[in-house]
Amino acid sequence: MATDVHLAPPTAAPARTARSSSRTARAPRARLGILGWLVRIVLAVVFSFPLLFMFVSSLKPDAQIFGDLASLAAFLPVGNISLDNYAAVFDRVPAARFLINSVGVSVVTVALGIVINSLAAFALSRMRVPGKGLILTVIIATLIIPFETLALPLVWWVNQLPSLSVDEFGVAFTRGWLDTYQVQIVPFIVNAFAIYLFHQYFESIPKELDEAARMDGAGWFRIYRKVVMPLSGPAIATVAILTFLPAWNSYLWPLMVIQTEELRPVMVGIQYFYQLNVSWGEIMAYSTMITLPVIALFIAFQRSFINSIASTGVKG
Amino acid sequence: MTTSTQGPSIIPLEGVAIAKLPGPVGRKKPNRSYRHEQRSGLAMLAPAIVLLILFILIPAGLAFGLAFTNARLISPYPATFAGLDNFVRLFQDASFGRALLNVAYFAIVVVPLQAGLALVMALLINTRIRGTTFFRTIYFLPVVTSMVVVSLLWVFLYREDGLLNVLLSKATFGLVTGPDWLGETATAMPAIILMSVWQGVGFHMIIWLSGLQTISAELYEAADIDGVSRWQKFRYITWPGLRATRSLILVTITIAALSLFTQVSVMTQGGPLDSTTTVVYQAVESGFRQQETSYASAISLVFFVIVLIISAIQRLLTREKV
Amino acid sequence: MRTPARRVVVTSAAVGIIAALTGCASGGGGAAGSDGKNGELTLWTHNAGNKAELDAIQSIVDDYNASQDETSVKVQAFPQDSYNDSVVAAASAGKLPCIVDIDGPNVPNWAWAKYLAPLDLSVDLDKNLPSTLGVWNDETYSVGYYDVALATFARKSVLDAAGIRVATVEEPWTREELDSALAALKAEGTWEYPLDLGTAGTGEWLPYAYSPFLQSFGGDLVNRDDFQSADGVLNGPEAVEWATWFQGLIEDGYAAKKSGKDSTIDFQNDRSAILYTGSWAATSTREVLGDDLVVMPSFDLGTGPKIGGGSWQWGVTTGCANPEAAMDYLSFSLKPEYIAAVASATGTIPATAEAAALVPGYEEGGELAQFREYSEKYAVLRPETPAYPFIATEFGKAMQDVINGGDPRSTLDTAVKNIDTNIKSNGGYTQK
Repeated sequence: MATDVHLAPPTAAPARTARSSSRTARAPRARLGILGWLVRIVLAVVFSFPLLFMFVSSLKPDAQIFGDLASLAAFLPVGNISLDNYAAVFDRVPAARFLINSVGVSVVTVALGIVINSLAAFALSRMRVPGKGLILTVIIATLIIPFETLALPLVWWVNQLPSLSVDEFGVAFTRGWLDTYQVQIVPFIVNAFAIYLFHQYFESIPKELDEAARMDGAGWFRIYRKVVMPLSGPAIATVAILTFLPAWNSYLWPLMVIQTEELRPVMVGIQYFYQLNVSWGEIMAYSTMITLPVIALFIAFQRSFINSIASTGVKG
Repeated sequence: MTTSTQGPSIIPLEGVAIAKLPGPVGRKKPNRSYRHEQRSGLAMLAPAIVLLILFILIPAGLAFGLAFTNARLISPYPATFAGLDNFVRLFQDASFGRALLNVAYFAIVVVPLQAGLALVMALLINTRIRGTTFFRTIYFLPVVTSMVVVSLLWVFLYREDGLLNVLLSKATFGLVTGPDWLGETATAMPAIILMSVWQGVGFHMIIWLSGLQTISAELYEAADIDGVSRWQKFRYITWPGLRATRSLILVTITIAALSLFTQVSVMTQGGPLDSTTTVVYQAVESGFRQQETSYASAISLVFFVIVLIISAIQRLLTREKV
Repeated sequence: MRTPARRVVVTSAAVGIIAALTGCASGGGGAAGSDGKNGELTLWTHNAGNKAELDAIQSIVDDYNASQDETSVKVQAFPQDSYNDSVVAAASAGKLPCIVDIDGPNVPNWAWAKYLAPLDLSVDLDKNLPSTLGVWNDETYSVGYYDVALATFARKSVLDAAGIRVATVEEPWTREELDSALAALKAEGTWEYPLDLGTAGTGEWLPYAYSPFLQSFGGDLVNRDDFQSADGVLNGPEAVEWATWFQGLIEDGYAAKKSGKDSTIDFQNDRSAILYTGSWAATSTREVLGDDLVVMPSFDLGTGPKIGGGSWQWGVTTGCANPEAAMDYLSFSLKPEYIAAVASATGTIPATAEAAALVPGYEEGGELAQFREYSEKYAVLRPETPAYPFIATEFGKAMQDVINGGDPRSTLDTAVKNIDTNIKSNGGYTQK
């Protein structure tokens, strides 16, 4: 163990954790008795049944949801099963529009975040830039500021920012970002933790590769694009996952800055939906609709998800 | 953005001391090329730095400045300097005191509970038994579910005639009639705590797991040869080996716990009788619903100072141990 | 790490103060929106959750759009609970639409904040019920299609069986009568909570429904002489007595701490014996209960029954690029048949006599006519001050604390303190 593990950067964290999964074979040999199995199964029930209840209830009318509570039927798709609740959701609110908004905002935030954060990390890791120690310090110091404390002044501030508006009369400058797509995206592109992760990962890529490329006359941007980024797949996946989840789940911010229905993301959409005094079945249907895609993504890319979370842990 | 007791957005701050990061390697290059390198480097940094200034540093400065005025979210009249008025009012505000207490309560219960349970789960799945991936996936499901959705779902589970009470009554053959969990001052916060742990524990399980996997298997093998008991192995191999992971988990859960907001906003709106109100919830309520931007900024500022102090203390404590 | 961190704080503080001072001096107030250009107006309404009302509004808009080809109006509906927040956020962004829906008591605040323009309509508003007009500083800023009246509903059969007399406008129930009626009904054991006060309600429902009780006790939300303080009226002896009384209803098991999701339906299903609600619930309840339904005035808790006056109204924003068109739409929408259509869709009291004549039930002796009478006799406007939205949130919070068993005296003292501080920090809301 390093003496001060904290201070040792988790060099190439993603790469190592990726490998570490296969090292599970070396994990302490299992001597899990009956008790161990029991605990595992009970925990599995505790963690999955509420979600199962949500999926199943989304298919039932309210009377049946309440009727089934007292039996195992609460977790089984039995009885009066239909997609009526889903139809009702789409009938009441433009849920498809909300989904498209959230997908669009999340994807653009993640994509721009990968480019801008990795560029910054590349410069900080591999290039001689004046004051880069200070810059990195400031970037990492910002991690301590909880977003919640910035939210209110930020509302006021983004509203002072100039914006371009395009209409049939051409392009014009307007003031204020409230109620736009960019206000949901731009403030969240730079992510200090993403810069940190990229920085650590880049440090693990041999600098000789740069030298060689420079001998061949490659510019810095070319080295970034052709040498470093292609080797950084795991870091990119990690940053993508870690920035996608908060973007998709974002709630407090859009609640304050988005009024128009056309721009509303799913989480604000569901909060509004809940206020419409709809049936529980419909709420469960909406919840299922915005949860299943993420769960599907998670199961499909399970390894990357787990590794990216693991990489937030510092390795000794 | 989202507040939960996991929150990939809230990430280890402690882990880094810049002084020790590898500095520029002294490569010797012709001067012209060095200038070029500087320029390219700054160009690559520029977008990130501009965005950082615009969306973190300036709002932080604004929060600071506005706290000393009487600015309102909307007012046709210019804000005026108000000195320490907002802070004086803040420290006389019983609801704010209550919010501080609630957040402390939440953090003090959630931090050990969530960290402990996550460790147990990590130990349980850190084995080569069949089905480990399956269990890990299941335990992790709530983490990828949005806190808003989880909160709405649990509002239903916690109803007086909701799933939890029906199960309670069944399990005790009708002896126990559960309360309206979110409607009673005594049970509302515990209910929120339970749900928050349920949602966030999988996240920290994975972090523990990555810590566990750094511990060399040879240590365990040697211990096996010596016939050491399981508890002793945990006490003398596993626990010391997790030192770094431990402080990381402590810091992330604590900061996330202090920022408690989404659950409260969706489930209880701070009630009943302020029993679940939190510092961030109060800031959003006064700054947004009551339009008192300046007062909300004062709350934000105090909150920030508290986070700073607690982080510093934790950093000091973890340093001492090393 | 220490030095740079401090440097950041100092720098950002400097930036912050400069930005705050320059920004605030120029910001605010300028609700310079862009809605209304190119003959397209947007209208915001609070009734996304009320399909009947939304459809009625939509059909007025459709008629208007079909009636001329210069302007087209577009409807944007919000859930009621979030509506005011959305407007506040949009106003701070200068992105208000041309036409907005406003809850009556908020009009002075919105006018004070300069995002409502005084109305300039081609129709005569003198015939409107006074409580359907939003007036502040002698200017009319808003006009509504309807007002609503609070009332109590019961089953005649139930009252007769328990030997309880039907309350009338001439002789409403006194506090003692209410208490003994509740005791008698509770004793029957049919209802867990005989009285449904709608305690699950949130937001504006709390001051709307419960501040009239306070006023009937002799207290009020704020001292109406100069609107500078709530001290002595919201925490005076009458107010404390009111809060203690209200809390007693809950503690004695007469009313639920948190009523059901839909009190009207619970009453129709006989889950409560007496329902305290608004005129909007009358029509659907009449359909279920028929002649067994009795509608009675609110309770006389000391100074006679009181009910809240002023409901949702319409106004035009200062940022509207084409106020003439917005005013034209509003004038168009105030035709008696439209007022009647919205009032029947919502089960509310039509704003004018002309419109009332078109809605069955409001004719002399009609089954809904008594609501008009309640409105005329008992309505108390919520305080006409820009401080109202703040007062309302504080009152709502205090109300919930009282319901949940908070100490009446200290709860009300806290509310008064917060309200007075807010008024003071806004210079008494006297700037013009």
